[in-house]
Amino acid sequence: MKRLAAYLRPFIPRMSAGFMIKVLATLSELAIPWILSYIIDDLIPLSEIDPVIVWGVLMIVCSLLAWVGNIAANRMAAAVARDTTRQIRRDLFAKISYLSEQRVDELTIPSLISRMTSDTYVLHQTVGMIQRLGVRAPIMLVGGIIVTLTLDPALTLIMVITLPIVFGITFFVSRKGARLFTKSQQAADSMLRVVRENAVGVRVIKALSKSGYERERFRGVNDTLSERERAAENTMALTNPSMSLLLNLGIAAVIVAGAYRVNGGVSEVGKIIAFMNLFTIVLNALRAINRMFTMLSKAAASSARVLEVLDTPSELYETEPRYSFIPENAPHIAFRDVTFRYKHGSFAVKNLNFELKRGETLGIIGATGSGKSTVIRALLRYYDVSEGKIEIDGVDIRDYATSDLRAKFGVVFQNDTLFKDTIAENIRLGRPLSDERLLEAARQAQAAEFIESLGGLDAEVAIKGANLSGGQKQRLLISRALAGEPEILILDDSSSALDYKTDSLLREEIRKNCADSTKIIVAQRISSIMHAEKIIVMDNGSVIGMGTHDELINGCQIYREISESQMGSGKVARR
Amino acid sequence: MKRDIEKDIRDVKNSAGFEPKMKRTAVLGRLMPYLMEHKLLFVLCILLTIGGNLLGLAGPYFSGFAIDAIELGEGKVDLSGVWKYALAMAAVYIASAVLSYLLSRLMIVISRRVVNTMRRDVFNKLTELPVGYFDTHQTGDILSRISYDIDTINTSLSHDLVQIFASSVTVVGSLFMMITISPLMVLIFAFTVPLSVFMTKKITGFTRPLFRKRSAKLGELNGFVEEMISGQKTLRAYGQEDNTISKLDAQNNETVEAYYRAEYYGSLTGPSVNLVNNLSLSLVSFFGAILFLHGSVSIGSISTFVLYSRQFSGPINEVANIIGELQSAFSAAERVFRLLDESPEPEDKENAVELNGAEGHVVLDKVRFGYTEDKEIIHGLSLDIPKGSLVAIVGPTGAGKTTIVNLLMRFYDVNSGEIRLDEHPIRELTRKSLRLNYSMVLQDTWLFNGTVYENIAYGSETAEKEDIERVCRTCGIHDYIMTLPEGYDTVLDEDGSNISKGQKQLMTIARAMLLSSSLLILDEATSNVDTRTEMQIQRAMRKLMSDKTCFVIAHRLSTIQNADMILVLRDGDVVERGTHDSLMDSDTFYRQLYEAQFA
Repeated sequence: MKRLAAYLRPFIPRMSAGFMIKVLATLSELAIPWILSYIIDDLIPLSEIDPVIVWGVLMIVCSLLAWVGNIAANRMAAAVARDTTRQIRRDLFAKISYLSEQRVDELTIPSLISRMTSDTYVLHQTVGMIQRLGVRAPIMLVGGIIVTLTLDPALTLIMVITLPIVFGITFFVSRKGARLFTKSQQAADSMLRVVRENAVGVRVIKALSKSGYERERFRGVNDTLSERERAAENTMALTNPSMSLLLNLGIAAVIVAGAYRVNGGVSEVGKIIAFMNLFTIVLNALRAINRMFTMLSKAAASSARVLEVLDTPSELYETEPRYSFIPENAPHIAFRDVTFRYKHGSFAVKNLNFELKRGETLGIIGATGSGKSTVIRALLRYYDVSEGKIEIDGVDIRDYATSDLRAKFGVVFQNDTLFKDTIAENIRLGRPLSDERLLEAARQAQAAEFIESLGGLDAEVAIKGANLSGGQKQRLLISRALAGEPEILILDDSSSALDYKTDSLLREEIRKNCADSTKIIVAQRISSIMHAEKIIVMDNGSVIGMGTHDELINGCQIYREISESQMGSGKVARR
Repeated sequence: MKRDIEKDIRDVKNSAGFEPKMKRTAVLGRLMPYLMEHKLLFVLCILLTIGGNLLGLAGPYFSGFAIDAIELGEGKVDLSGVWKYALAMAAVYIASAVLSYLLSRLMIVISRRVVNTMRRDVFNKLTELPVGYFDTHQTGDILSRISYDIDTINTSLSHDLVQIFASSVTVVGSLFMMITISPLMVLIFAFTVPLSVFMTKKITGFTRPLFRKRSAKLGELNGFVEEMISGQKTLRAYGQEDNTISKLDAQNNETVEAYYRAEYYGSLTGPSVNLVNNLSLSLVSFFGAILFLHGSVSIGSISTFVLYSRQFSGPINEVANIIGELQSAFSAAERVFRLLDESPEPEDKENAVELNGAEGHVVLDKVRFGYTEDKEIIHGLSLDIPKGSLVAIVGPTGAGKTTIVNLLMRFYDVNSGEIRLDEHPIRELTRKSLRLNYSMVLQDTWLFNGTVYENIAYGSETAEKEDIERVCRTCGIHDYIMTLPEGYDTVLDEDGSNISKGQKQLMTIARAMLLSSSLLILDEATSNVDTRTEMQIQRAMRKLMSDKTCFVIAHRLSTIQNADMILVLRDGDVVERGTHDSLMDSDTFYRQLYEAQFA
């Protein structure tokens, strides 16, 4: 919370101005019951109407001051909240944009999204609310007590005695309540999980006629949730009645004590009346403070989540190159004894060695989870290798400025993303490319025809490309990779939804148009990689075969098996 | 907090206005039964409310007397009277606090029961809805109905309804008390109450569109952030970090600005209502003075009147706020009822046949079908599939392969024509028995948050541990499961992210193997699995498939060469059919597809 307060620092002048205005407005408000008591006590018994009018008008002036002042202060508070949130949100997003992939994995994408959305929203609300209530309620509270002190210090004691009890109750109840609410939130999550599972798995559930079972499952989580919600609410239900009760008892005590003091000639009736009014004000201030504490405890959780991201160091992003020269005749890409280990120790890739000359094609094939995608991520420096090094043009990729390094690539990932934008923007993706270039790339990627049928480059792509078929999406993504005429083209299992014919046309185009690009193609289909100059067969993080198609057919049993299963020399279906 | 956001997002969707508005009385009429289930408790609530408020009103009443007793002045204060009234006040406040606590507890009981029932109704409805509903509605939207919408309804139902009752009692009560003190002074409120109602109305009328805009902008921002963070890997590869940040700036600016405007104008209400209240206070003191001069009121009465006037004006403003809240509750209720009104899967025919252990002879007779009326996907397809045959369905993406599965399982009903299983038109069968005759493995693996064991045993209640281990061995996944920390008792994550796609697929295959059905559907069942694992599965499948009528959808044509019948689909039409050999004989589309594999 404190760390985030730093965001408020630039607004201190504005906040202090707002604060002053708010103080004035609040004081005017507090003056009203004081004037009221003065009128009732001192003026009315005089039986003259003129002073009553004068003071009455003063009351009205105070009311107007309070009105104008509060509105002005609210406006300034809202503006500060706006500007603070804008900055926090911006910094958070910028931070997320440059987080290393490993950190993203740790924090998880859904959680990053909710930090960026719900948590910053909570902070926005809180910053605004704290400025509004945070000034008003304490002033009302303190001011109320001060005014009562000037009225009658002895009676004020009664209030001062009640307050700690009220605070104590609020504190304990809300602490217990917060715990119970956390528990009921967890129960709500399980309830929603069951619903989500049912929505996603509706075909399986219906196929197996498990609706009855699912209803029972839901009934269980639903009942637990209701039970926990009830427990939490029951606890919170204590605060308000007990707070009101204490303060109202305080009023009764004030009346009794006041009666003795009036009887003894040290106080007046008007003061007791004013006291009663002030008690109401104090009560409301306490309620507001109570609400503020609830709000702050929620905000504390949000701010911790936001800070966790802001405090994560940005790694793996170099802004300046660190190499002094580029050696001549170095291979375009070289993996030298590359080992990548996950945090928990298991290997993703072990001792990988290969070199690619400019313009060559590397095919990678292997079982799911064998480490194919890891090779690509390491090459793009999404992760740093644990041992060994990767070189491009003879320079360790860690010595490139990261933006220069990535500018060399055109990539399509497995399950890559399309954005809600035009087709043109999806292919261009912010780079300075002409429409002609986009169309040419689309033609090469076999996408020109369907783009035309959708209405050309300006046609809209829906969120996650929902208005496109799987094959269309992949072709659009490949257009994106080709459009930049990259030095290195990487296709990670990116033509799986294409039928074989389109796939082979695509390969033909790439061969013709990307002769100078070094290509890395990860695939399940032998036919996608069999013409590559170099093929790597991976199994469980290790390379179990490397060579050309012909070499591997003869030398690598697994490769031969895969090949036969796909190319049809062995009959694989039943019988 | 989260709820607010969801509500905002939802409001955006609502404002898209694709559904005609439900009448407010209709919504209320549907809500009442939920409350009426607990009508005794509800009546008790109202009684408690009235009681609590009357006691609340009695407080100032006694304090007025006490003040009058004090007012006699120095040395003459009626101390025993003061004690009497102060004790009466204390008693009244204690009773009122107890009542209000009881009331809260009671309200919580009612509201929890109502919410529990509502959630159950919605969920049970979900289990009755046809597959099509889930194909056309976003999961997030369904989730927000069962959580945020129901919560919103609950807040207003329990809290606001009682609040309105309570407020009206307080308003009427304090008005009455004020009139007994001084009818003349009450006239002040004839002026100030309409003024504050007018102001509140004016301000809310003005701010409503601002709030709507705020929600819309927030929804846009959330959408943007979700898209960009999910697509980060790509944006990085293309060096778009800074570009994206500046796009966010624009979106962010609009969002905070809209929030600012709504917040600022929205916060006009509080001070303004306060102004009116303070004005009426000044007027009360002024008129009070005049009346006191005429000797028609005592000082104690004036102070009591002031207390009542606070009690009087408070609820009026509160009700104004509540009406705003009720609006959102009504729109939430409307969304819930819309879901409850969705038509379920039609009932099975009255004398539907229970067909257990079908032989597996499937006939499609001139079947026509389209997901929407204007777009037919299957144009008069006829097939005769003898029991035990292997039918392969191939074709480019989007050709309608999965649609056939949807029709066989009766996830959707055909528009015309007929599908028969063992000579029974499937419309004449109970859905349950029809579906249990099939085992199905789909491209999208579905595992739920439970143990490995529960997930595999899901379809078969009678399966023993040995059976499960047997099928897992057959699928070649037993050894893998044993390496998991808890073996078969390992709990799978919500999205099964602790195991790979391939393993997930194997588990769903094991699940299907456990069923002893005579028909089998494999819809791209092995597409997420590499070829070697696929071969392993195929070996297992071969055992599973023997004697069964199988429908196999596959991209890799090598896997289906032995099919008894290959259907080649293109744009929803079966363009070719035959065996692999017959199709390869001539210049067919199939042959093009097949040869393209080796190009």
